[in-house]
Order: sequence, then structure tokens, then C-alpha cells
Amino acid sequence: MSRLSVAKTYKLFIAGAFSRTESGRSLKIDAPDGPVHLCRASRKDLRNAVEAARKAQPSWADANAFLRSQIFYRLAEMMEGKRDELIASIRCESEPPSRDEACREVEASIDRVVHYAGWCDKYPQVVGCANPVSGPYHNFTIPEPVGVVALVCPDARPLLGLVSLLAPAICTGNAVVTLASERNGVPACVLAEAAATSDLPAGVLNILTGLHEELLPHLAPHREVGAITALNPTPQYTRTLREGVAENLKRVTIFDADPMSPDAQGPEWISATVDHKTLWHPSAT
Amino acid sequence: MKSDDTALATGSRETVHAGPGDLPVNELYLEYAPAPETAPVEILPRYGHFIDGAFVEPADGKYFETINPATEQVLSEVALGTEPDVDRAVQAARRALSAWRSLSGGERGKYLYRIARRMQERARELAVLESMDGGKPIKESRDVDIPLAAAHFFYHAGWADKLRYAIPGLRSEPEPLGVCAQIIPWNFPLLMAAWKLAPALACGNTCVLKPAETTPLTALRLAEIFQEVGLPAGVVNIVTGDGSTGRALAEHPDIDKIAFTGSTQVGKQIARSVAARARPIPLTLELGGKSPNIIFEDASIDQAIEGIISGIYFNQGHVCCAGSRLLVQESIHDEVLTKLRLRMESLRVGDPLDKNTDIGAINSKTQHETITRYLTLGVREGAPLHVAGCNGTNDRDALLEHALSCAPRGYWCRPCFFSEVEPSQTIAREEIFGPVLSVMTFRTPDEAIQRANNTPYGLAAGVWTDKGSKIFEIARRLRAGVIWCNTYNRFDPSSPFGGYKESGFGREGGVHGLHAYLRLPTGAPQ
Repeated sequence: MSRLSVAKTYKLFIAGAFSRTESGRSLKIDAPDGPVHLCRASRKDLRNAVEAARKAQPSWADANAFLRSQIFYRLAEMMEGKRDELIASIRCESEPPSRDEACREVEASIDRVVHYAGWCDKYPQVVGCANPVSGPYHNFTIPEPVGVVALVCPDARPLLGLVSLLAPAICTGNAVVTLASERNGVPACVLAEAAATSDLPAGVLNILTGLHEELLPHLAPHREVGAITALNPTPQYTRTLREGVAENLKRVTIFDADPMSPDAQGPEWISATVDHKTLWHPSAT
Repeated sequence: MKSDDTALATGSRETVHAGPGDLPVNELYLEYAPAPETAPVEILPRYGHFIDGAFVEPADGKYFETINPATEQVLSEVALGTEPDVDRAVQAARRALSAWRSLSGGERGKYLYRIARRMQERARELAVLESMDGGKPIKESRDVDIPLAAAHFFYHAGWADKLRYAIPGLRSEPEPLGVCAQIIPWNFPLLMAAWKLAPALACGNTCVLKPAETTPLTALRLAEIFQEVGLPAGVVNIVTGDGSTGRALAEHPDIDKIAFTGSTQVGKQIARSVAARARPIPLTLELGGKSPNIIFEDASIDQAIEGIISGIYFNQGHVCCAGSRLLVQESIHDEVLTKLRLRMESLRVGDPLDKNTDIGAINSKTQHETITRYLTLGVREGAPLHVAGCNGTNDRDALLEHALSCAPRGYWCRPCFFSEVEPSQTIAREEIFGPVLSVMTFRTPDEAIQRANNTPYGLAAGVWTDKGSKIFEIARRLRAGVIWCNTYNRFDPSSPFGGYKESGFGREGGVHGLHAYLRLPTGAPQ
């Protein structure tokens, strides 16, 4: 007699806990192996996620860079352990990519996390500087995280697109609220499970699955969100996001790139979610 | 300047008419002789726009007056820019772009060096003109505005052939953005023009600059310098006018970048109009502030007092990063207030062209009305008001009258502060942009941080303590782009300036300032 398999219920990831949307709604993906159901996050879920990120961010930013670097590397380790599940999750679409293609995306995603693990304690050295002011002052500039960052993930490359936005945002000490790929939110849910076992403090990474059309108009103007990054959004979403700037002057960066490209990483991706602080101090006896 | 306790105690002071004839005020409590700056400055009766290397008539022939805010005398008439003028300037900048950007960095740099040198040679004239048109004391325009403006061109000149080092990881020279629309405020007219133009030009962009309505004259003088040094026509174009001119420029379809310095309210309008564009363009905003100046009990109090004074009374408080919220640790509150009051009394309000003047004229009638509104509001909200030269009276109307009416002509406001201010009061939350300080207290460092960061702004902050470890910890936890530790209001072309949160985004000055004028490798507009 064949055994009945236990199907996974995918949930939101907020404040380190896997919770169902308060709205009780779900989205259905018609995957080749049968339908998959995801939470359809509501405005209330979004607010909860921002609140969780706000709460978690200061201590994450205070964690020393070496520790953040190690936690990042551990996230890569956890992803490597979930390799097969991540590959399967990418193929949870009505027209799934080949297994090889999905495999390449997973490998690129893990490597990207490793890439940013190394940036945690190097980015401030690369973009920070001592400024030779004319006067008896010690003057230097350092990057600091803006605080809470919202990420808007593309349909294509549902895992790598997310990782390409997520890693540069949190490596400097931001906490993020992620709107997962609308077409396939499953890889984001699996990544959340890797994150939950990687020592990443609760609330640093929050993941919402749902309809962008429904959530973006509330996300873009949210006053607790300090920056938004988006990868290859539609022109309509781009406009909605940019209008959010006008509310509280949050930093909005729209990346237009193929995440599979090896150039789709580096300090310029980090710079979208930092501010620069300059300190002056007199030098005297 | 020394404070004279005897004079303060007796409240003796006299009003002297300084300078030739009709300059209205120079208030002295010490027997200083007037020391007016006498350098003659030639001002034409009328100025057109500076477009394509020449001064031109405005399309619809309209001009408006620019006045000396200390005397209310008309200095000149300048062109009121409308859409056709803006369009003409943008087209000139577009035509000049390809030659300018393909010039070698070294050659571009040499033009900027020439500009810096010519500004230094004409420094005195520029300083006098700046003080006449804007009301700021000659001491400040001479020692701060003009030298810094020239230094800005000099600093950026050297970047023009080194741009590949400005962004980590570049393998080749980065590209300029194109035609930059630059809109600047009235508080540091020439310096803001330099902050905007120098990095843009060094990076190979061409510019259309819109000076503030009330202070167009030094930018037009800078245009003369561009002619003198042979800057190619169209590389910089200057369109004068009011808010509608600025809007026409910001909404012009053929610009590649907007850089704006001014109020947060207008900054948000610009952000909204940029969002509505079919083609997104990069935007940098340097906006308002309500910067905290935090004095701990272990600070060197006398130094801190000087920092408080320069933090709020520099340039009549018309400074976006002014230290307008003083946070004093409770244990030293009384001592700080006593010394602050004493030092405030020694500030000399008067003729901006007098070399001994500390506080010049309020920039415009509009700004004087704004300050009046906030002073009245602060008094109504119940915070005690302290006005220089007005000890011993608690009569609110008399205090307001004394603060705001110094002379029959011109726009004036004596230095003053509110004590016992509550964080919820308007004068603790909103930018006044005048010589008005709000004093609050705190008990613990945590409370200081909490109060300091309790604002949508995040431009600057001051920290005063002699304990090094405390400096770094407090500076780290303050959410602001510029932190002055045991100093305040210092500026340098090599030091990036700009805000967190609603004080804007992007930096001006230093290597970070160049990023605002270069196409970044990802092609991601900031």
C-alpha cells in the first residue's frame, strides 16, 4: 500500500516565526506535481513585518561585522543543505524551468550569499574614508544601514532575484521586509527555513508572499521603511515605488539587471541601502 | 570680541547709525567705531539670464527686483525666467554636452582651477555683493562663503581626471549623467552654486542653475567669471526667477538629473514630479533639519557655549544644519543657560557690511514673517523667551517687539532662545530658519539619544563631552549625516555633507559627492 505523503504548508516568515496570514487568504500555484498553496499576505501582515524589522534592526546593526559575516556564511551552509528542496521550489511553476536551469540558479544564489558574507567587514573600508579637511580636525566618513529596507522581488529567478536584493541589504545591518516573487513565492518560503536555522536574529529577514499589486501601494509610502530596492519591476510598479519617495524621502533604487550575471553583485548593490555619516572632531592638545 | 559685564549689568547700549547715510542700524553696547566695508561693487541696473555663454533678455521681457534686506533698497532687476527661458537654457546645455564630456578630464579640471583662481581674485567684490544681496555679515561672506566656494571649485578640479578612482571597482572612466538641473537656496547663494556646479562640471556634465529668488546676484557674477576664464558656451547656464521658474526647470523633459537644496516640502514635490516622469532620472535632495546639539555634563562648557552660539546664530540661523535644538544635561542646565545668555548678549546685530557685525539682516520679508510666526507660536505655547538685550522683562509682547523690530527699515531679528521647551511643541519640531534656539534637557545618554533622534529630519548633530569613548558611542547612535563632535558648523570641500531620513539623500563634497553626478555601473538611478 503506498504511503500518503505529508504536504508542506507554506507560511509567511515574520519576526522569526512562521505564521499564516491574518487574512486567512491563500494563493494557488498550479505546479506540475500538483497545486501548491501560499499565503496571500495582507496590509496588516505587511505592517507586522515592518514592525518586526524595526524592532530587530538596531541589535543586528550593533552586532560586529565579523559576527554578521559568520552568520551569512552559515546561511549559505544551510542553503547548501536544502539544495534539492530549493531546486524543486524553483520548479514550482506552471511552466517550470529545467532541473539544470534551476540547479544553476540555486548554486548562483548560494555563491552570492557567500560573496556578501565577505563584504560585511570590508564594505566600510572600501567606501568609507578619512577626509583631508583644511583645519585641525579629524574627519572621516562611514557607511551606516538606513534601517528597515523593503525588497520587491522579480517574477523571473524567484530565488536568485530575492538573494540578490536581500544579501546586500542585510550585510550592512539593515533588517528587511521582502515581497517574494509574485509568480512563484515558494523558493522564498524555503529560504526562510534556511534563514531560521542560520543564527540570523528573528525579525532581520521577514518574507511575505502575496500580490504585489495589493501590497505595493501600502509599502511604498510606509513611513517606517527607510529604503526600497526592486529588481526589474514593471513600469507601473516602478512608478508606485517612486511615488513612495515623496512620502518620507525613502531611498528607492530600481535595479535593472540579469541576476544570473556575475556583475549583479558588489558594492554598488550595497550602496542602495546605506547612508553616509561624516564625523568631525577637533585635533588639539 | 570680549563680553563686558558692566555694560550687561547696567543694560547700557546705544544705537548708532553706521555707514554712509541711510543704513538703518548698528547696535553697539561697546564703544566700537563703525567699520564698514568700503569696497565698491558695480551692480548693473538690470541682468538677463546667462544662457549659452551670454546674458540674454527673458523671453517675455519680465524682470523682478532684488533688494538689500538691510535697507530695503533695490539693488538691481533680474530676469524672471519662464518656460521658454528654461527650455532655451536646457537646449544650450544639451548642445554643449558632447564637447564638454569628451574633453579630457585634465582639461576640464584646468577650467575649474581657473574658475577657483578668478573667484579668489574677485573675493572681496563677491563677499560685499553677497552681503548686500542676502544680508549676511561681511565677516561670514568674506571668511566662510567665498573662500569655501572657491575651494570647492579647486577641490573638484583635481577630481576631473581621476574619476575612475571615485567609485570602487571601476575599470574605466565613469560616464557623466548629462544635463543637470540645479536649484539652490538663498542662505549661502554663491557657496551653494559652487557645491552644485563644481562636482557636476568635474564629472563632465553640463548645467542649468536656478539661483534663489532673493539672492541671484553672486551667481550672475559667477557667470561673468565663466566668461572671463573662457568656459565653453552652454556648459553652465543660469536662469533667474522664482518658484515657478524652479518648477519649470525641475519638470523639463530633457534633463538628466535634478539636484535640489531647499525645504523638505518642495523636495517632496520634486520627488513626486520625478516619479511621474516617463523616464526616471537621478535625484539628489539636500533639505531641512532640526539638528540637535547635545551638551553633556562632562563637556568643556565654555567651548560648548561657543559651539551653541555658532551652531544657531551663524548666518542669522539661516542654516539647514543649524543646531536649533539644544539638549542640555540637567545637572549643568543652569550654568549653561547663564553663560549662553551672557554670550548671546555680546552678539552685535547690525549693518551686514560692518566688519564687527555678528548678526546681519534676515534674508527677506517672507522669512522675517516666518520667524515672527514661530516666535509668536513659541510664546503662545508657553516656552519662556529670552531675547538679547531684554533681560528682566517677562512681558511677552514687549519681548516679541524687541526681538523683531530693530530698525525702521530692513528685516531684523535679535538672537534669542526659548527655554523649558517640550519635545511636542512646534518650536521643538519644525525648522524656523532664524536665530532662534530651543533649549531642552535630558538626564541620561539614552534619553539624549532618544530625544535627538525623535524627528523626521536627520541632517546634522552636535555632541559635546570630553570623554572620547562617549563621543564615539553617541555619534554612532545619532541618526544624522553629519556629526560635529566638540565643534559645530564646520564645512570643507573634501568632507561629504548631506542628510539621513527626511533631510534628503545624496552627498555633496568629498568623494561621495561625485557619485551624485556619475552614471553608476549598474545603471541604477539613485
